[in-house]
Amino acid sequence: MSGVLVVAEHRRGEIRDVSYAQLVAGRELADATGGELHVAVVSGPVEEFAADLDRGGVDRIHTVDCGEEFNHDVYTQAVEQLATAVEASYVVVGNTVNGLDYAPAVAERLGWPLVTDAVDIRIDDRLSVVRELYGGKAEATVRVDADSAVVTIRPGEWPAAGDTGDATVEPFDADIDEAAVKTAVSGFEEVGTGDVDISDADVLVSVGRGIEDEENIELVQELADAIGATVSASRPIVDKGWLPADRQVGQSGKTVSPDVYIAIGISGAVQHVAGIKGSETIIAINDDPSAPIYDAADYGIVDDLFEVVPALTEQFE
Amino acid sequence: MKVLVTVTEVANADDEFEISGTEIEETYLSYDLNEWDEYALEAAVRLGENDDSVEVVTATVGPERVEETIRTALAKGADRAVRVWDDELADETMLDPSRKAKLLAEVVEAEEPDLVLSGVQSGDVALGATGVALAAQVGFGWAAVVNQFEIEEESVQVHRELEGGVEERTSVELPAVLTIQTGINEPRYASLRGIRQAQSKPLEVRSPSVPGGSPLALTDLAVPESESDTEIFEGSAEETTAELATLLEEKGVGT
Repeated sequence: MSGVLVVAEHRRGEIRDVSYAQLVAGRELADATGGELHVAVVSGPVEEFAADLDRGGVDRIHTVDCGEEFNHDVYTQAVEQLATAVEASYVVVGNTVNGLDYAPAVAERLGWPLVTDAVDIRIDDRLSVVRELYGGKAEATVRVDADSAVVTIRPGEWPAAGDTGDATVEPFDADIDEAAVKTAVSGFEEVGTGDVDISDADVLVSVGRGIEDEENIELVQELADAIGATVSASRPIVDKGWLPADRQVGQSGKTVSPDVYIAIGISGAVQHVAGIKGSETIIAINDDPSAPIYDAADYGIVDDLFEVVPALTEQFE
Repeated sequence: MKVLVTVTEVANADDEFEISGTEIEETYLSYDLNEWDEYALEAAVRLGENDDSVEVVTATVGPERVEETIRTALAKGADRAVRVWDDELADETMLDPSRKAKLLAEVVEAEEPDLVLSGVQSGDVALGATGVALAAQVGFGWAAVVNQFEIEEESVQVHRELEGGVEERTSVELPAVLTIQTGINEPRYASLRGIRQAQSKPLEVRSPSVPGGSPLALTDLAVPESESDTEIFEGSAEETTAELATLLEEKGVGT
C-alpha cells in the first residue's frame, strides 16, 4: 500500500477548481510514499472529465460511469472500493460542501482516520497535517499514527496542476448497492436575485458585521454608487437577510477577484479571506487594528466606519 | 417523533494569547454554545412548537463546566439533555471526528431518534465532519450543510447550501442526520420563563463505554505567521479618506 487516490469534484458538467489543487497535493503525497497517483472520476461525463484531469504527475485515472451528479451514497461506495482496489494509502478529497458530505463516511467504512481542512501536509516517517484552529488564530500540526488516512484539503492552498499528462484512463466497475443509496438529488437552485454577479465585478465594496444595523447598509451602497462599485457582503450579513445570498463573498459564498476590494466592518475570518485572495488590492476599513482582515489587506484605515465611509463617499461627490 | 440535537461548547481564543505546550493557556479562552449548534437547536425547537408529539433531546460531550451551556439550550426549548463524560476524556484533543462521533453514536443508539440535527462545524476545531461520521456509524441517512428542510412521512426534503450561491435539492430517508448551516433560521434568545423552566428539566450524565484513544495526535500549536505589510493611513477621517481617494483614483476607481 503506497498509492494516493484523489477524488475529483464536479458539479453540473464542470470540474471544480479544487480538483486541480488536489492533484498537486496528491502528487506531493505520492512522491513521499513512492506510490502512484490515482484519480477517481465518479459520475457525470467521465471520459470528458478524465481528459481534463490528465495533467502532469497523474499516473492513472479511474472512471466510474454512474449517474450525472454527485450523490454521497454512490461516492462513498465507489471511493471505498477504489481505494481498496488500487491499494491506496491516502485518499485526498476537497474540503468542500460535497467533499465533507462523503469523506467522513469513506473514512468510517475504511476504518481510516480523517483529517479535514488541511492547509499543509508533510511526511517524515508519519503523515503530519497542518490545519487551523480557533478561527485561524492558531495553527495545529496533527500527526497521523496510522498507515493510511483520508485527508480533505482547503481550496486555494495548493496551486492548480498544469501541463498535459500521459495518464492511463481506465473504467472502474464499481459495485453500487442501490439499497444503500438513501439520498436522491432532484435538482439545483440559484439563490438570490441573480441580477448581479459579484465574481465579475472590477470593484467591490463589501460590508460585514461592523455595520451593526440593516439600515446602515445604505451608507455602503452610497459609497458603491459614488465610485461605480458593486456591493458584496460577508456571511453574517447574508445570514441576517440584509443582503441576498448571491452577494456573499467567501468559502461558502463566491470567490472574487476584483481589481479593488474594500472590506468595511469585516473582521476577516479565514472563510472570508479564502474568497478574496485573488483580489489585486485589498483595502480594509475596521476600527479594530488586531482584526485578521489586516493580515490580508494592502491598505487600511483603522477608524470608525460610520465616520470613514460617508467621508470617503464625499471625496467622490 | 424524537429529535436529537448535538450541542457543543466551543472555546474562543482572545486576540492575543499565550501557548504552553500544545494548548492555549486557559486564561485566554472563553466558552460559548457553538454558533452552528444554535441554529440546529432552533430548528429542532421549532419542530417541537408545531407538534406536541416532538421531543427535543440535546447531546453534549463535555465536562461539568458545559452544563451552563446545556442549560441555555434547555432554556431555549429543548426538553431534556444528555451529557457524555468521563474524566479520561479530558486528556483527549477531540481532533478526530470519528472519535467524537463514536461518543455521540452511543447516545443515538440509546435514544433512537428519528432525526439528528448537528451544526455544520464547531467554531474552534472546525472539523466539519462529525455529523456525517455519526450517520455512517449508526447507519442513518444524512445530508451535510443544510439550509432548509421539511420532514415528510419517511424522508426529509433538504436544501444543501453548495458554494457559489447554488443550492442542491435532495431527498434523504429517515432516520437521518442533518448538519445545519447558519442562516437557516433566526435563533431565539432564552426567555426568563425558559431559564426558570430549564432548571428543572432533566440533565443526565452518562459515561461512554467505547474505548478511548485516537490515531490523531496534536504535536504542535503555533500562531500563524502574519504576512501582513498593510499600509495604514493615519489621521482624521477627512485626511485618511483623502489619501484613500487618491489611491483609488490612481487605480482608475471612481474616475
